[in-house]
Amino acid sequence: MDFVQNFPFFSILLSLFSGPLSSVLNAKWAKRVNAAVITVIGCMSAAVLVYVTGTGQEYVYMMGHFPAPWGNEIRVGILEALMALFFCVIMLLSMIGGSRERELELEESKQNLYYIMVNLLLCSLLALVYTNDLFTAYVFVEINTISACGLIMIKQNGRTMEASVRYMIMSLLGSGLLLLGICFLYDLTGHLLMSNIKEQVQLLALSGNYHIPLIVSLGLMSVGLAIKSALYPFHTWLPDAYGYSTLSSAAILSSLVSKGYIFLLIKIFYRVIGFEIVRESKVIHVLFVFGIIGMIMGSVSAIREDNIRRMIAFSSVAQIGYIYMGFGLGTAEGVIASIYHVISHSASKSLLFVAASGLTDASGESLRYRDLTGAGYRNGLAGVAFTVGSLSMVGMPIFSGFISKLLFAQAAIGHTYKMLLTLIALAISTVLNAVYFMRTVIRIYTPVPEGFLIENAQTVTVRQQPSKSAALVCFILLNLFLGLNSEPIIGLIQRGLEMFD
Amino acid sequence: MNLENLLNNYGEAVAMILFGIGFTNLLLQKNLIKKIIGLNIMDTATYLFLALKGYIDGRKAPVVTDGVQSVEAYINPIPSGLVLTGIVVSVSVTALMLALTIRLYRRYHTLDLDEISTLLKKEGK
Repeated sequence: MDFVQNFPFFSILLSLFSGPLSSVLNAKWAKRVNAAVITVIGCMSAAVLVYVTGTGQEYVYMMGHFPAPWGNEIRVGILEALMALFFCVIMLLSMIGGSRERELELEESKQNLYYIMVNLLLCSLLALVYTNDLFTAYVFVEINTISACGLIMIKQNGRTMEASVRYMIMSLLGSGLLLLGICFLYDLTGHLLMSNIKEQVQLLALSGNYHIPLIVSLGLMSVGLAIKSALYPFHTWLPDAYGYSTLSSAAILSSLVSKGYIFLLIKIFYRVIGFEIVRESKVIHVLFVFGIIGMIMGSVSAIREDNIRRMIAFSSVAQIGYIYMGFGLGTAEGVIASIYHVISHSASKSLLFVAASGLTDASGESLRYRDLTGAGYRNGLAGVAFTVGSLSMVGMPIFSGFISKLLFAQAAIGHTYKMLLTLIALAISTVLNAVYFMRTVIRIYTPVPEGFLIENAQTVTVRQQPSKSAALVCFILLNLFLGLNSEPIIGLIQRGLEMFD
Repeated sequence: MNLENLLNNYGEAVAMILFGIGFTNLLLQKNLIKKIIGLNIMDTATYLFLALKGYIDGRKAPVVTDGVQSVEAYINPIPSGLVLTGIVVSVSVTALMLALTIRLYRRYHTLDLDEISTLLKKEGK
């Protein structure tokens, strides 16, 4: 066995143990440890990605050397390694971009607690990505929920506490349904490892026995994870949670936490149930319909919003709708488009959050839309970054959002009745996106009339905020990279998805 | 035939009804404490379901006594293990929810989530 094969296990353990370690360190050292851990895990994930791409073979890592039906397993393929690498990059950049806000907004004595939460969050994300065991996945889903709740509520004010209670309630409803689905599936198949369940499910499908319980269990798991990742009617907790928490929390929550659940859902579709059975079930039609409604309603809510952070949060609802619509198409192309959108949306959404905070810094910390007039001149880099993010969200060529919209449209072609619906929804949603994002871009580049400048407005230079500016530049480059260089990544996703079967 | 099935598996049926009760309470109650009670009913219903699925009539808990080592003598131990794990998870989640509730109560002197939202809007931040 090659040494590289140990890396996924190492990275989970490393992030798990750096959490308790941060509790005894002071804020400064906890921050350094956190940055180092994320970097090291990112490098290890890159090494794993190179290794798996080279061999072209997935591999299974036995935990504790107990063979298949008894022991716990980690499974590593191209898609898993790609996701782990990507999560690390986004998390590192979000942490760098939000470091100034963390120091301003969190109490000094509580700052190291923030890093515990982030380390545990990373650990649970990695475990969700790599695990081959459904019950382990459930346990880490709960760890993910708890640490995300900590990230929201660590900035102590009424809004964040209310938001975290609402977040916990919705999440617990979701995980209750997920757990019940897993119990059903265990009851039907007698296994908890994904590969063993799949064998049994295939046999059940061939024999035609227990068809209804199988579909019920699939439905429970899909709805549970959809609630947790804020699909449209279950999104009520989202705007407050993203809108009022500290900057790096908002960026991490919007771009990573919900994506972890979506990736778990993809694994359940492919590795637990089998995509053939999922396609024939009615569950994907439900996801499709809610995805389409979410695409439009999320954008409508964003247009009506006056607070820029909440506007960006509502745009997340629309983008999650895109992802579920891709699943709903029921083809491999649709899922590839969804996975690409997971990546591109994470990259642009965290960019938008960081850039918006740069703009509000230049406008006296006001989040109101009106006060942002001319902010693009007061903070040049943040203005450019916000424009890049907005163009990417709207779907302009050379930015990453364009590629995912193109992939969705291509995936829709050939469907009998879903094609028209998808294309219409894509068109409407793009127009709506353009309405609120371009409106904001125009607003931040409108010169302020003499004497109308709000109080506390100030010019922010790159030198005043070095870490945020560095993060913004990296985010812009990442977006351009994803937009201009999408072929290899789509190729990797395709190969990874083939490995899933 | 369907009714007969239901009567034979009355335990599972009860578990599902309890799950529904807990789920609706967690979703619809306004009072935070009642929500948390709902959460616990929901989780416990799942554990009841799991435990029932592991139980085999006439067999004992999987602890070797009197030197009997035959598999036939014992029930399936895995669901019991899962229930234990699940209980740990739900205890920690409940503790977190209760802590949050206490904080909100100290600040706003009410347990009604909607009322808290109205108060927040009045604060206007």
